[in-house]
Amino acid sequence: MAFINQKKKEVQVKIVYYGPGRGGKTTNLEYIYNKFNHRIKTEIVAIKTHGDRTLFFDFLPFNIGKIKGYDAKIQLYTVPGQVKYNATRSLVLRGVDGIVFVADAMTVRQDKNILSLENLRENLSLYKKSISKIPLVFQYNKMDLAEQGIPLLSYETLQQTLNSQLKVPAFQASALLGTNVVQTMKKIITMTLTSLQKELE
Amino acid sequence: MSYTLGQKQLDSIEDTLNQDLIELGVQCVVLIDMAGNIIADLHSGEMIHDIYALAALAAGNYGAVSAMAKIIGEDEFSLLFHKGQKENIHFSKVSSEFLLITIFGNHVSLGFLRLKVTEAIEKIKKILEI
Repeated sequence: MAFINQKKKEVQVKIVYYGPGRGGKTTNLEYIYNKFNHRIKTEIVAIKTHGDRTLFFDFLPFNIGKIKGYDAKIQLYTVPGQVKYNATRSLVLRGVDGIVFVADAMTVRQDKNILSLENLRENLSLYKKSISKIPLVFQYNKMDLAEQGIPLLSYETLQQTLNSQLKVPAFQASALLGTNVVQTMKKIITMTLTSLQKELE
Repeated sequence: MSYTLGQKQLDSIEDTLNQDLIELGVQCVVLIDMAGNIIADLHSGEMIHDIYALAALAAGNYGAVSAMAKIIGEDEFSLLFHKGQKENIHFSKVSSEFLLITIFGNHVSLGFLRLKVTEAIEKIKKILEI
């Protein structure tokens, strides 16, 4: 739930990167941090397991300058993707304003994408939010693996299985190389701030 | 979905936090919402902590502890307090949507702090009309 501070002329927005485990959510945030670290004053906060997997969330605050006279502070979060961490995953969604669903384009992960999207739908409903109403962007990640001969799902298949009803913007990306990572972020920020436009006027 | 607080409400909240807690000797007090947004933050002297990270972690921590309470059949744990060697953190729920975080040194007694936090929360509730 975005907070608009009339005193400081500031708007704080929460964007969550969701998706199956090992899909590249944390890698998205790491790429953004490395690319914009001259504008980000703090470190990424990461609560990880000993095996370097996300246990609770990663957090990266990011100032994007003025929007309609308000300083826009974007808070980027990831969730833990592993199925067993649903209790903490649902906590991170509290007050979410926009979502990037990072799908894994590897053919062997098709079912995991579908299960994770269904899990997102269920967890949003806990907060009385609908997946069809919240600002949402798909990112089909790991496109760089095609060069290594790893079987990937086609853009059309991913669109058909995940986005045929929602019909939201989707990007083919490589979080590791940075392809379309910034474009994905810009898109979700624009959509989220547009959804707040009335309140900012 | 969003919510807005105006200058008057935010000024009143800051006045309350200043009078009830900063003047008591606490180092830092932050009012956040459960999404991890910062509503107001006050410091005695210079701000030395990364309060955005602190707010995100505090909201997550409070959510996790509340979920633990439910698992063992409690509605909530009323006292959330972490003791360090020099600094301590106290968390107190204002309402289902807001949380007050207080960071204080050992020269402030926990009992007195809890009393003042309770008073401040009652005033904040009135300001927020909750």
